[in-house]
Amino acid sequence: MLKNYFKIAIAVLKRRKFFTFISLFGISFTLTVLIVLTAFIDKVVGDDYPDKKRDRSLYITSIEEIGKDSHSSSPPSYYFLNRYAASLKTPEKITLFSGFSGTNTYINNKKIAINYKYTDANYWEILEYKFLEGKPYTRQQIDNGERVAVISADMKKEYFGDVASVVGKYIEADNIKYKVSGVVKNLPITSYLLYSDIYLPFTVAKRDYKHKAYLGDCMAILLAPSKRDVSKMHTEYEQVVSKVPMENGQFTSIFSHASSYIEGYVDTGNEKSSGVTIALSVIGGFVFLFMLLPTLNLVNINITRIMERSSEIGVRKAFGASSRTLVYQFIVENIILTLLGGLIGIVLSLIALYLINNANLIPNLDLTINFTVLFCGLLVCLIFGLLSGVYPAWRMSKLNVVTALKAQ
Amino acid sequence: MIRLQNIEKVYRTDTIETLALNSISLDVEKGEFLSIMGPSGCGKSTLLNIMGLLDAPSKGDVRIDDQTTQHLSDKQLANFRNQKLGFIFQSYHLINDLQVLDNVELPLLYRNTTAKQRKLLASEALAKVGLTNRIKHFPTQLSGGQRQRVAIARAIVGRPEIILADEPTGNLDSAMGNEIMEILMQLNKEDGTTIVMVTHDENMANKTHRLVRLFDGAQVQ
Ligand SMILES: Nc1ncnc2c1ncn2[C@@H]1O[C@H](COP(=O)(O)OP(=O)(O)O)[C@@H](O)[C@H]1O
Ligand SMILES: [Mg+2]
Repeated sequence: MLKNYFKIAIAVLKRRKFFTFISLFGISFTLTVLIVLTAFIDKVVGDDYPDKKRDRSLYITSIEEIGKDSHSSSPPSYYFLNRYAASLKTPEKITLFSGFSGTNTYINNKKIAINYKYTDANYWEILEYKFLEGKPYTRQQIDNGERVAVISADMKKEYFGDVASVVGKYIEADNIKYKVSGVVKNLPITSYLLYSDIYLPFTVAKRDYKHKAYLGDCMAILLAPSKRDVSKMHTEYEQVVSKVPMENGQFTSIFSHASSYIEGYVDTGNEKSSGVTIALSVIGGFVFLFMLLPTLNLVNINITRIMERSSEIGVRKAFGASSRTLVYQFIVENIILTLLGGLIGIVLSLIALYLINNANLIPNLDLTINFTVLFCGLLVCLIFGLLSGVYPAWRMSKLNVVTALKAQ
Repeated sequence: MIRLQNIEKVYRTDTIETLALNSISLDVEKGEFLSIMGPSGCGKSTLLNIMGLLDAPSKGDVRIDDQTTQHLSDKQLANFRNQKLGFIFQSYHLINDLQVLDNVELPLLYRNTTAKQRKLLASEALAKVGLTNRIKHFPTQLSGGQRQRVAIARAIVGRPEIILADEPTGNLDSAMGNEIMEILMQLNKEDGTTIVMVTHDENMANKTHRLVRLFDGAQVQ
């Protein structure tokens, strides 16, 4: 039976070359975009370099103060985190670090942009940066306020050129020279919590990083001794934050959470709207809209295509096909079509990903198709095939035999 | 074999009502070869479609093999047609995307058969209509007479007791028409298949057992 469906499906596809092309193009193009999108999301959110201990880490990335007429939110300050997060009992280790900021530097009269970030010593212990050479700066060096730096492989290349080793050499940023202590593997800017070109000890910051204010430019990662302790760690921080005294009379409540990587990544800094919900609805809505159009298009094409075959429908019914059998046949045909489109889509995606990776649109973001992405893609195709096939199939199966035979 | 009682068929469109069949009662015996004649638009096709359970009458009862067919579901009707009836149409209604053999196998797809059985039965049916050497052709590669022979093979492949033919020779020249008529007569004689045929050709009608004439939806002979 299936073999017969396959035969007729292929015959029909070959006969209506233009329709087939439009359908296949619609499906494969949609799928390509979805696959590239999922590959992107998967990479951005799923790549665990360098925070490999993500499953037992919580991230504090924002603080929000709300008063009657005022509302402010930003990353917390070093002062706040040092006072309220660093004193938690549950975490095995805690690191505080700043967000990245940009500055310029000159080398051979050429201006280059440098992003820098301040960290403590625990940063290099919690996060597993891959050192291509050298090592992180030590607690001792930080306490001494030594001007040392860890730099990214890209920065090394841009600043020093193609040289074997740069450990011990000096790199200048903001008119200050730092001695390079190590070079780490690049990470893409989409990992914006941890991304930087050069990493510096807090103690060399020009600004007073210990300034007493709640809002600032710092983040923290809390590392639990085991996965089981993560929720306990979360609760402990909630309790501590609930007891934090108001910064001034202007505010009546303070919110700050220790959240998982994903929640932290999409945090909006607004207590009333969850970043995850927003991100999911945005992505969901996009995917839905993006699939809706080709689906409608396909439904339309399918109706035309099926109605063209009304004589066939009439004949099949006259010789014993029930409406249900026909619905089944047309859905199978449509799934064959969409799966074909799916295969083309996958090939196109591979090409698209290859091109994107090669064009280096986002440096160091190496997109790949993985099993999840592929599975989602094929699932999408299947849903696609069902959605666009069921309605036309149902409509034509209701066709009266005599009417179907008359229409030519 | 087929018993029609007080059959009425009314077509309603937005503006007019057509009474296509007006109180027709007709018995077709087992093994009979019956022809139906009448001017264009008098309701011949409508009558044949009602006999073949392709269309429901507005009033009246259709009995086939002493079985009333009024309350059968879509699935039961489909099954009934598949088991008992074979159709031949004026314009052949072959599926152009399928080869001759696949066209002939079609009724068997809706039964419990293996691919091998289907192929065997379809080849036999094609042999009966003298088309053994065309099984890999597509319908568009055949002449009108050949196409109608494929259609006959399709109608008999499931060994139905009844064949309903609506102007089977209407699109063919007289030589080809006679060939088709020979095949039908042979089926009737050798296999005892009951045949009801609509025709415009007096000569052909004369070759059958009985002739029914319609005029304006009513039986006049
Ligand atoms: N689907 C339909 N809707 C409305 N009127 C129809 C329909 N089918 C047939 N008729 C009318 O019913 C009458 C009988 O048609 P038909 O059985 O096809 O005649 P015949 O086959 O004898 O030429 C004609 O007047 C025709 O116009
Ligand atoms: Mg007619």
